[in-house]
Amino acid sequence: MSAKWAYTLAAIISALIVIAFVLDQVRTVSVLEFSLRYAVPLILAAMVGIICERSGVINIGIEGQMLMSAFAGFFGAAATGNLILGTLIGVGTGMILGAFLAVGAVTWKMDQIIAGTVINILAVGLTSFFYVQGQVLPGTTPTVTIPGLSSIPLIGPVVFSNGLFTYAALIIPLLLWVLLFKTRWGLRTRSVGEKPSASDTSGIGVQSFRFWNVMLAGLLAGMAGAYLSIEAAGTFERGFTAGRGFTALAIMIFGAWNPIGALAAAFFFGLTEGVASQLQADEVVAIPQQFINMLPYVLTIVLLAIVSGRVKPPAAVGRPYEKD
Amino acid sequence: MSTIDPAQTDLGYTDPDPRRSGPLDRLPGIVLPVVSVLLAFAVGGILIWLQGVNPLEAYAVLFSNALGTPEGLVRVMQKSTPLILTGLAVTIGLRAGLFNIGAQGQLLVGAIGTAWAGYHFQMPLIIHIPFALAFGILCGAAWASIAGVLRAYRSVSEVITTIMLNAIAIALVDYLASEPLKEEGQPLTRTPAIADTAALPAFGIVPSGFILAIVVAVFFGWFLSRTTQGFRFNTVGLNPSAARYAGMSVKKTIVLAMAVSGGLAGLGGAVETLGVTGRFEPAFNAGLGFDGITIALLARANPIAAIPAALLIGTLRTGGAALQFQTGIEPEVVDVILAITLLFVSAPLVARLLFRNRNIKQTTVTKGWGA
Repeated sequence: MSAKWAYTLAAIISALIVIAFVLDQVRTVSVLEFSLRYAVPLILAAMVGIICERSGVINIGIEGQMLMSAFAGFFGAAATGNLILGTLIGVGTGMILGAFLAVGAVTWKMDQIIAGTVINILAVGLTSFFYVQGQVLPGTTPTVTIPGLSSIPLIGPVVFSNGLFTYAALIIPLLLWVLLFKTRWGLRTRSVGEKPSASDTSGIGVQSFRFWNVMLAGLLAGMAGAYLSIEAAGTFERGFTAGRGFTALAIMIFGAWNPIGALAAAFFFGLTEGVASQLQADEVVAIPQQFINMLPYVLTIVLLAIVSGRVKPPAAVGRPYEKD
Repeated sequence: MSTIDPAQTDLGYTDPDPRRSGPLDRLPGIVLPVVSVLLAFAVGGILIWLQGVNPLEAYAVLFSNALGTPEGLVRVMQKSTPLILTGLAVTIGLRAGLFNIGAQGQLLVGAIGTAWAGYHFQMPLIIHIPFALAFGILCGAAWASIAGVLRAYRSVSEVITTIMLNAIAIALVDYLASEPLKEEGQPLTRTPAIADTAALPAFGIVPSGFILAIVVAVFFGWFLSRTTQGFRFNTVGLNPSAARYAGMSVKKTIVLAMAVSGGLAGLGGAVETLGVTGRFEPAFNAGLGFDGITIALLARANPIAAIPAALLIGTLRTGGAALQFQTGIEPEVVDVILAITLLFVSAPLVARLLFRNRNIKQTTVTKGWGA
């Protein structure tokens, strides 16, 4: 999608939000809060995809990485009675699974999509086998309200009164954008994903660069998982991530492998889902619940069909690097 | 990725270099899956042991319940039937360079379509069964074609679309079974029972659906190795640009392969509906499609080998259900064993231990984001 279109769309949506806010403050804020909550794991997971793919590695295993992290975070917190420890366990699990993918897809040069699928299937198996009913978290995560900023109408209550993961999800894309496009690490990451043979010639260790990036990206997948079970839901169920890891890949593509683009795309997803839920709750439209549940998936397919071919993936993505 | 190797008879292997090969290298296609399964059993055994149960006893319970009685054998055959077909569905996709993760959704759509065709019409048996099966195949094929067309004409990765179509199918069949196709006067979310004329018969203890699945597997083994269309599938899978250069329509082949793949998964749902469940109920068919991925990779994308792979998984699933009340072990241990099998069979780790030939090619089937 060209930048002009994206900006126009963003402007129209922002204008609509402001009009909605003037008409009905309470509902607008509640829809936006819903949208942001919905978007947070998608944003974090999309960043995982961006880091991996910019380095030339497809990560289809984000879903499994998130599921295992959500599981480990929740049961870690329940077992230790400590939310912070649980969160760290969740994030650590994400990084271990990042390393798992790095070993498979980079070191062993496995087919990258199969390596990711192995993670997904393994995650479903392990989390259902070790699942225990009736565990509870030792407490709830704090909501941090930023004084001053939180009293701005509309934006204040939505953006500046949230849990820590939500702030992280809003800041990390900006940070990642700077890292990717303004630093040496970013230039090298992109070169490894676009033309690894050239990077190799100029002395960049392609394999080790890919390995570390994929592993560190796992950390963000861990955050996304820990957010879901610890901050957002306060519980864990089998199959908890419900395909968000895959939706995140679509968001990554929709955002043209750009962290800021993906942030906007994730919010757009959240908004669509939020508006649909609100319309249904208000009985404005009599749509069966199942169709509301389908919406993000249908939207993913439709958007992919529209933008595919207009955005270009990193040139070397999906190909294990072989020295000539 | 873009190399074509005439010696590559099934996925992932080139002819081993005779100077460097050991005794096991001649049979990689059989040795690797068998060893992977055994190692996965060992890991599963450790998990069982950690829960305070003797793994050997647990496995004895599992296998004796599945294979020790005629009823168990019938259940194993019934369970394996849709698994053979979803395994074939994934296999056909892989051979044409497509990774169909959507067998689950295609199976669900096929199952509910067949249930409708089974209860809505009154026909003689000789027409009703083929009609209902064909309708299920058609539903599955149509569902998969969405992903096939998007892949061929819009370069959208089938990996993402088929996953999304799974989620949509789950919601869709739940809606259909709870609203328009619901059995009246029933609190349960399910369709009416199929007519007697649509029910698949059994020959002795062998369900006819099982025989059908084996015939279909043998047919596709022949199809892929002996027909022009099968050759097109393989060529497009191994090297799309060579296929294009040879005058094949890569786009049409992709759409067709995806439709065939979805049709097979749909047939899996159809046979399950007509032969086992007798109606559609959303909870009946969970997870069958994902086992298809494990089967296809375990069988190294060989249609005939999908039969033993599916039988193994069918046995584990049947026996796993008995584990719960006889030993207290969660039946999900089977999922862990299968996931580890998949890991061992697709990662080079085990292959490196087994074979002296270090040049074993990795299984490379997928093409990234729509190359």
